[in-house]
Amino acid sequence: MTATTTVTHTLVARNLRVDTVTGQPVLKGVSYEIAPGEVLALVGESGSGKTTAGLAALGHFRRGLVHTGGDVSVQSGDAAPVSVLDAGERERRALRGSTVAYIPQDPAASLNPALRIGRQIDEVLETHGYGASAAERSARVGEVLAEVGLPDDEAYRRRYPHELSGGQQQRVGIAMAFACRPSVVVLDEPTTGLDVTTQTLVLRTVAALTTEHDTAALYITHDLAVVATIAHRVAVLRRGEVVECGSAEEVLRAPSHAYTRELVTAVPHLDGTGVTAASAPGTHAVASASDGDAPAAGACAGAGGSTPASSGIPEHTPALSVSGLSVSYGDHRVLRDVSLDVRAGECLMLLGESGSGKTTLSQCVAGLGEPHTGTVSLAGAPLAASTQRRTAEQLRSVQYVFQSPYSSLNPRKTIAQSVELPLRTLTDLDVTARRARVAETLERVRLDPALAQRLPDELSGGQRQRAAIARALVTTPEVLLCDEVTSALDVSVQATIVDLLCELRRDLGTAMLFVTHNIALARHVADRIAVLRGGEVVESGTVDEVLDSPSHEYTRELLANTPRM
Amino acid sequence: MFRLILRRLAVSVAVLWLVSLLVFVATLLLPGDPARAILGQQATPERIAALNEQLGLDAPVWQRYLDWLGGVLTGDLGTSAASQGPVTELLGGRIGASLVLLVGAAVISTAGGLALGTWSALRRGRAVDHTVSGISLVVAALPEFVIGVALIVVLSTTVLPVFPSVTLAPPGEPVWSQPIQLVLPILTLTLVVTPYITRMMRATMSEVLDSGYVEMARLKGLPERVVITRHAVPHAIGPVAQVIAIQLAWLAGGVVVVEFLFRYPGIGQALIDAVNNRDVAVVQAITLLIAGVYIVVNLIADIVGIMTNPKLRAEVSR
Repeated sequence: MTATTTVTHTLVARNLRVDTVTGQPVLKGVSYEIAPGEVLALVGESGSGKTTAGLAALGHFRRGLVHTGGDVSVQSGDAAPVSVLDAGERERRALRGSTVAYIPQDPAASLNPALRIGRQIDEVLETHGYGASAAERSARVGEVLAEVGLPDDEAYRRRYPHELSGGQQQRVGIAMAFACRPSVVVLDEPTTGLDVTTQTLVLRTVAALTTEHDTAALYITHDLAVVATIAHRVAVLRRGEVVECGSAEEVLRAPSHAYTRELVTAVPHLDGTGVTAASAPGTHAVASASDGDAPAAGACAGAGGSTPASSGIPEHTPALSVSGLSVSYGDHRVLRDVSLDVRAGECLMLLGESGSGKTTLSQCVAGLGEPHTGTVSLAGAPLAASTQRRTAEQLRSVQYVFQSPYSSLNPRKTIAQSVELPLRTLTDLDVTARRARVAETLERVRLDPALAQRLPDELSGGQRQRAAIARALVTTPEVLLCDEVTSALDVSVQATIVDLLCELRRDLGTAMLFVTHNIALARHVADRIAVLRGGEVVESGTVDEVLDSPSHEYTRELLANTPRM
Repeated sequence: MFRLILRRLAVSVAVLWLVSLLVFVATLLLPGDPARAILGQQATPERIAALNEQLGLDAPVWQRYLDWLGGVLTGDLGTSAASQGPVTELLGGRIGASLVLLVGAAVISTAGGLALGTWSALRRGRAVDHTVSGISLVVAALPEFVIGVALIVVLSTTVLPVFPSVTLAPPGEPVWSQPIQLVLPILTLTLVVTPYITRMMRATMSEVLDSGYVEMARLKGLPERVVITRHAVPHAIGPVAQVIAIQLAWLAGGVVVVEFLFRYPGIGQALIDAVNNRDVAVVQAITLLIAGVYIVVNLIADIVGIMTNPKLRAEVSR
């Protein structure tokens, strides 16, 4: 540790190396340093080692990981810097929660469900001997709750985590981390899974607290738009190595490393730039014939509406029509009188936050939902509410791509078997015709034929989602329902999937209902938007109308809270 | 919460009633005639008929059931055909003796199983874990009479003659007046039950130790002791309580074999004697008692499950 780093930086990691117990390197010499009051964003895709690098700052390595070299040191106030990794068990415990605090990704999983939230905050203070008496600690709990914008009364402190919303839970997590006034906080994707409005609130809270208390913050994320909002400096992590590090402005505006450029261009923008299929070698290993005229950035949306329908449906009859749809769970009305139309070759974005009823709506269309009132019709013919009472032809015509490709493919069936299944049950094609159709569809979604005989576990997230799309497309449906299909994927993978969907829609003339919470994708995939809130469509129109002149307060709020780069 | 507990209680009462019906029907189907069993093979048909009338065995089945049920509800379990005394008197002392065994085994195996399971989970993948897993699997595979006999061989007869293999207390004196004779029966029952509790505790504890809130508790700098006792164990207890309940309920039945093996004067012995003597009233009383223990223990496990889960606790009170 040289004098220069110790004077200016609160948290310094030097040449940090971590391996798995089997000897696979996870971090290959990662270095970073953070000054007091500074927010360093550690950016990377899943599997890049960013959480490992963050947890190392607390001297914690998850099961199966071993520290093999390098060091992390923290400096608190005017004291000499302390090495976190050399410290003994007792000293390390004394640092955790008091000098270095951690804010986890999933607050619902990280708060003890059986302890009241006031107790959980107090516990940190008690362990680290903050305050002389219980009364003093209690006062601090109230203070820190107020700081994160939560009520500080006794009744609120006596709540259990499950009695709080996701955003409130995350703010309790932040309160817990800031309780002892730490010098360093490590934030591990704290806003993933939160609605944009809540995300804005949480980001503001974090920014205010770090500035006010001169706390050094390590902000781990994969979302570059969030980085632009909160970070002063950015370190880009790829396969356990920092490939680029610099000020946020520099890295996001003028990335010097090819990988950073790829990440930056993959971020969807409200104005329609970005989201190009990454040009990294290997991504398009299986180029189809249509690859040459792949859509340019953002060029896909808007073209679909006028694409002639190949299915011979009269122009004025929508491929999918929902009218007066209502669903209730007991007294709770999930959907109220929802009506919408999707024409052949058109993509309708169904936009809504968690709990808006968007998944319920798409499940009703697919026939997977609860009993409902109102009608769902396919090319003018009404559909039964349940898949069991729909004909094979109707089932073939409406297909569904689920949110998580990790759980929607049967782990014991090969990709080819999974893709073939709808053909076996819904069509009367013979074996050779089915095989040919499967091969053709896998090629269409640009999945290497060699992967067809693999099990889902052996594929990456993006490849699995391609397989799931292939399974939906194999029956050449008239209507494709995409339920948050990109939200479980990394940004660069999201870009390739969005491109693929656009291309398929244009080539096949499929009507698409694209369900999402991410308004930034609008110009990249959709022709029209319907905004769903509390089970009601509060606004609908073409993408340009909704984004440029939103008529409903809620849409305006969403637009204002969406982070931009 | 009280509403859910009340509902469980109502279900338990209904189950108990069904059990009483089954017990009654089952004893009807028991081969042999009680009057003939009492009077012996030489009895004349007249004397059998007279005894049947005296015992109320000539009344219609439903009336005999109602009489019996009424008696059970008012604490009168009928008259033992063999001893001619009231069943309650016959069972009084024996219930106490069996309870000593049950409670002793329950306390030791629950505490031991939870501790061993937690210890094993904390040392996942190490030698200690493999040893505990291996031994508990072997012991779990052995039936109780094999364990009992093995213990007698090792600790009572050939190798280390330390404990008595049969109960020595003279009739009339409580069994616990000589505690040494309780060791082997309790040890046998404990060894039968502990492996299941240990394995279940290890499994749920492993899961809880990998959870976000345990990691968070460590990252808050809490001492490991607090992490385990406050953040991990309470979450593992809920699911394990169900297994403990099943095991304790099994104890109530398993005691029959163990008491027979050690000639222990408890209800198990009494049940075997009663079946041999066609002593219908005693068989009915003991079967109902064992069923009752089953139901009560399971009810307690459900309540523990509700209490350790604040989410369930809150939803129920709504």
